[in-house]
Amino acid sequence: MKTIKLGLITFIAAIGLSSCSSDGDDSPKNEIDPLAEFNLVTNITANGHSLELYSEEKTGFTTGYNELFVRIKNTADDTYYANPEITWLPVMHMMSMNHSCPISEVNITDDYDTVAKGYIVFQMPGNADEFWDITFTYTVAGQEFSVTETIDVTAPSDGKQTVSSFMGSDETRYVLAMVEPTDPEVAVNDIEALLYKMDSMMSFSHVENYSVALDPRMPGMGNHSSPNNEDLTYDAASKSYKGKLSLTMTGYWKLNLKLLNSTGEVLKGEDITEENEASSLYFELEF
Amino acid sequence: METGRPINYWVLLLGICIFPKDIGAQELVLQRDSVITINLDEVILISARKALDYHRQPKPLSTLDEYLESSKKVDMVKRGAYAWEPTLNNMFSERLSVTIDGMKIFGACTDKMDPVTSYVDVSNLSQAHIASGQQGTEHGNTIGGAINLELDRGNFKDTGLYGGVETGFESNNQMGVVGAELNYSNPNFYVDTDIIYRKAENYFAGGDQEVDFSQFEKYNFSANGGYKIAEDQALTGSLIYDEARDVGYPALTMDVSLARAIIASVGFEQNTLWGSLRNWKSKLYFNKVTHVMDDTKRPDVPIHMDMPGWSDTYGFYTQAALQAKKHQLLFKVDGYYNKSLAEMTMYPNDPNELPMFMLTWPDVRTANGGIYAEDELDLNGSFLKIATRMTVQNQNVADEFGLNSLKIFYPEMEKSKTRFLKSISGQWHKMWMPWHFNAGLSYGDRAPSVTEGYGFYLFNSFDNHDYIGDPELANEKSMEANAKISWEKSKLKLSAEANYFHIADYIIGEIDPSLSVMTIGAEGVKIYKNLEYANLFNTSLDVEYAILPELKWSGLISYHRGTDNNGGNIPFISPFSYRSGFQFDNRSFSAALRVTGAGKQVNYNPEFGEDQTKAYTVCSLTFGKTFNFNNDSMYAKFGVENIFDENYSTYTDWKNIPRMGRNFFLTLSYSIN
Repeated sequence: MKTIKLGLITFIAAIGLSSCSSDGDDSPKNEIDPLAEFNLVTNITANGHSLELYSEEKTGFTTGYNELFVRIKNTADDTYYANPEITWLPVMHMMSMNHSCPISEVNITDDYDTVAKGYIVFQMPGNADEFWDITFTYTVAGQEFSVTETIDVTAPSDGKQTVSSFMGSDETRYVLAMVEPTDPEVAVNDIEALLYKMDSMMSFSHVENYSVALDPRMPGMGNHSSPNNEDLTYDAASKSYKGKLSLTMTGYWKLNLKLLNSTGEVLKGEDITEENEASSLYFELEF
Repeated sequence: METGRPINYWVLLLGICIFPKDIGAQELVLQRDSVITINLDEVILISARKALDYHRQPKPLSTLDEYLESSKKVDMVKRGAYAWEPTLNNMFSERLSVTIDGMKIFGACTDKMDPVTSYVDVSNLSQAHIASGQQGTEHGNTIGGAINLELDRGNFKDTGLYGGVETGFESNNQMGVVGAELNYSNPNFYVDTDIIYRKAENYFAGGDQEVDFSQFEKYNFSANGGYKIAEDQALTGSLIYDEARDVGYPALTMDVSLARAIIASVGFEQNTLWGSLRNWKSKLYFNKVTHVMDDTKRPDVPIHMDMPGWSDTYGFYTQAALQAKKHQLLFKVDGYYNKSLAEMTMYPNDPNELPMFMLTWPDVRTANGGIYAEDELDLNGSFLKIATRMTVQNQNVADEFGLNSLKIFYPEMEKSKTRFLKSISGQWHKMWMPWHFNAGLSYGDRAPSVTEGYGFYLFNSFDNHDYIGDPELANEKSMEANAKISWEKSKLKLSAEANYFHIADYIIGEIDPSLSVMTIGAEGVKIYKNLEYANLFNTSLDVEYAILPELKWSGLISYHRGTDNNGGNIPFISPFSYRSGFQFDNRSFSAALRVTGAGKQVNYNPEFGEDQTKAYTVCSLTFGKTFNFNNDSMYAKFGVENIFDENYSTYTDWKNIPRMGRNFFLTLSYSIN
């Protein structure tokens, strides 16, 4: 017993020493890469800078909600700029026109001053004739720079719809995108979605105080539903719509939706009945 | 009542009066004859060897299900030709305690395709002990009663080496049975082994109507032994391996590709304990049940699914008796730990979609510990037996996935739930020859079953609904009264019997119209609820008359009623039923003619998928003959069941699947001494 104890103490001490030594011998912050566990989605090089875009889960840009982390490296000395001021503007170049998509601001994260965070909601993928590019306008070291780069936006690999761009019955074009759940479980999941309306080709704004009725169904299993779902309502703090999604089993679920304005008028989507198996407004998920 | 195979009923031995002495002698020490006198228990003799009387067995190699069906109180629910589910006093598995030699075992199928009784075979057993209501709490809490299947064992009798081979054939479903046993027993050591194999094709209902998917195949091996380590101490052990494959369930949407159980125990027995206690018996046991449903052979299934289930149980009991003047006491401490897990994977018709998976039993761990005590008092001319059981039971949902699934319905649900269960009963017996009067009063409760508490979208094909459990169900409580009066003279026996159950918080499924059905084609979703109460009433009249010493006539009629607190009908309550027969037996030759039937079902409940079951009458005829060769003997039995090929079904036949039509059977048993 004693020898075991002694061995244990030695072992713990050894671990303690070795971790101390590795901590001690190098320069500050940037040594631990805050985005080491993330996927580098793209790296744009211009102006002697390298703009690195990371995603926690995705390996590329996909249609729907993309949460992105951005940092700017000075290629001269391989250091990252602290507190860069960044704006971005993605543009879809279609055959007949150009348009943008809903975006958030790009803000410095609380934990690391070299990392900024924001999201982009792509409504559609690029194809052979139509493509997305993204323009970054950023200020580092007191100087403003700009760069535009073509990016590849694809449909998600599972082909499931998590965003919908549609014309409401009020003749307004809306974009509705699912944020959560990213990792659905057989449980009551939190569901979160962003709702934007298209103010112009290049400008989208949050829509407040509408609601999104939720009716999840399994088309592969008699189109049955699940109990105790909660419709999505507006949450002012996050500027998003939040509700509860019950998933009673794994597999493919179609989340049938109805968008209602603040007076309860249906702008898009239909009830599910014997005759109508799906709403025209929906998300999909499969797990 | 039931009875596709009526012919067996004279094996019913009610009370010690006709109970062969050798059966009692099987016990190491204990003689419990008087207990049997007081309780209204029923004993179904299964092993002919110990009784040395083959003629008592109407059909030696019939399935255990058929033996049980010969009981007066047991009806068998049929979903096919195999694995019938016993009901007692019109109550199902969850309200019964079904044990094997006192060992708890639980089926692994969420659809009750594998009742405990399907994991043993007649070759393993000496008898089935059937106790009604709270008289059955010795091995566990129950509402409706208990069925304890007692294993057949040599028990230190000085019989030496002996064995036998048996074979049987039935024409209707071409069932072939072969079995063999080899045993050795001396005063210090015994070992019994047996093996049996059955294979049956589809059976044909009356009028040559083939019942598709009614085939089955099964084999069973068992060994048990004992060794006396001292004059008054013995070690025992038993092992049963039972496996069925390719079992069809015509009444259900799925079949079974594998149903397997391993049932093992070690025991210690000692004649005395601490001076005054006698017959101290202890047992440690475990059993492991695996059940795999299969729908790949069915045409036109809307969606293919896999539904495997597992149920593992570990348990023990220790008991001792005490005799003091006018008291005969029995004390028992027991406990078990069960793990029930079942899952369902559905494969979408679109091959690009991922399979749909759910836990239908979310790995529920049940830990149950109880004490049982009974006292039998001799009150000068009458006997009173008082018995009580106190149990504490904890159920814990071990699987997070399963817990989260149930929390969709019950967001506030706790992972673990503890319940206290209790039972107390008094049974009184008074004799004024030739009159006997028995009466009893009792109270007992039970915890919800795993399905009732934690089942998740379990499809019931009978009422075509998905069922969801409720972990917060209250315990079901039963107040029970029973009485029996009998008149016995040498030639004529008459008895009338009745029992009445007032069951508070009766657990039953209730439609929740807000829920969406999961199973394709189902009509709705039911959630298990506590009804305020339900009442069940059973009564029967039994007559036996010996016309000649070798020739007996017997008859039984019974009536049953079950209603809920609104006066609605409880499902699965027997209509008026009857059986009658003549039996001739002169030790070397026997013959029996039997008629069974039931009246039209008057009280039924369409909400539970019931429709009116028509009246029926079926007849059967059997002949048996013993041949002796030096020391060995051969016994042959021939019979025909459902002579007039009636196409009928009973109230317990799932989805009205018809019972077997005319069937000839022949069994041959050769025993080598």
